[in-house]
Amino acid sequence: MGKLTMLAEISGLGVEHVVFILASLATLLSAVGVVTSRSPVHSALSLVATLFGVAVLFVAQDAHFLAAVQVIVYAGAIVVLFLFVIMLLGVDRLEDIETEPLVAQRPLALLAGAAFAVLAGLVYALTDRDFGGIVTGAPSQAGVLARSGSQNVTNLATSVFTDYLYAFEITSVLLIIAVVGAVVLARRTPEPDETSP
Amino acid sequence: MTAAVVAPGAYLAVGAALFAIGAFGVLTRRNPLVMFMSVELMLNAVNLTFVTFARSLNDVGGQVIVFFVLVVAAAEVVVGLGIIVALLRRRPGATADDVAELRG
Repeated sequence: MGKLTMLAEISGLGVEHVVFILASLATLLSAVGVVTSRSPVHSALSLVATLFGVAVLFVAQDAHFLAAVQVIVYAGAIVVLFLFVIMLLGVDRLEDIETEPLVAQRPLALLAGAAFAVLAGLVYALTDRDFGGIVTGAPSQAGVLARSGSQNVTNLATSVFTDYLYAFEITSVLLIIAVVGAVVLARRTPEPDETSP
Repeated sequence: MTAAVVAPGAYLAVGAALFAIGAFGVLTRRNPLVMFMSVELMLNAVNLTFVTFARSLNDVGGQVIVFFVLVVAAAEVVVGLGIIVALLRRRPGATADDVAELRG
């Protein structure tokens, strides 16, 4: 116990560093697994691992409520929906990932992906490291972020239900539209001889 | 003892890498479901970026945006999977390239 504390003090690594490194590694390796797996089921399971990694990164950044919602909604509902569809349609056949429909598609896609990452890195490096300088400097609209867990939920709820109430109501309408749309899209059209008399 | 804090740039770098991996997946894979999962990766990268900025700018608005992104992503997945089900029911082996042959 004493040795670990000395090691932490010497190397300057705190708990957050260790959590960050482990969670980031898990997230990025699982993300690579999502895009390179031959079987869609393996991709879905790697997606679950990625989402859990991102949830841990949320917790490390004091976004406790969002981490819980991420696990419940994303990993618990959306990925399950993906698996339902995979099993319903029987598309878990292995995809042929060797042939390229376009010439040099895969190297070009790698280039595009790397360009995105480099662009993001440039934006970070060229702007003021002290984030107070990048944006307009206007005071925060939505209120102060709270560090502890219960205060985080309180502040988030206060913001959503007072400042962003209109957006909240619109998203509830959006969810109803999505449900109706999905029912209509996935409905089997009746065969001509199945119509009721 | 002061706690060592991870610089926000590190989280942004992870978000950028995640976004790049998702973009690579969307551009490369042909199975519509795996393309959809790569889009979800990109959405998660954006969420991570928003949460990072919420923490460094001390503004809970970043987390509010992530809340709404989660809701919209759920609605998008529902409709998108409905489309994929409708498509793959007619033509079981369809890939993203075959969708170009749809006629009104």
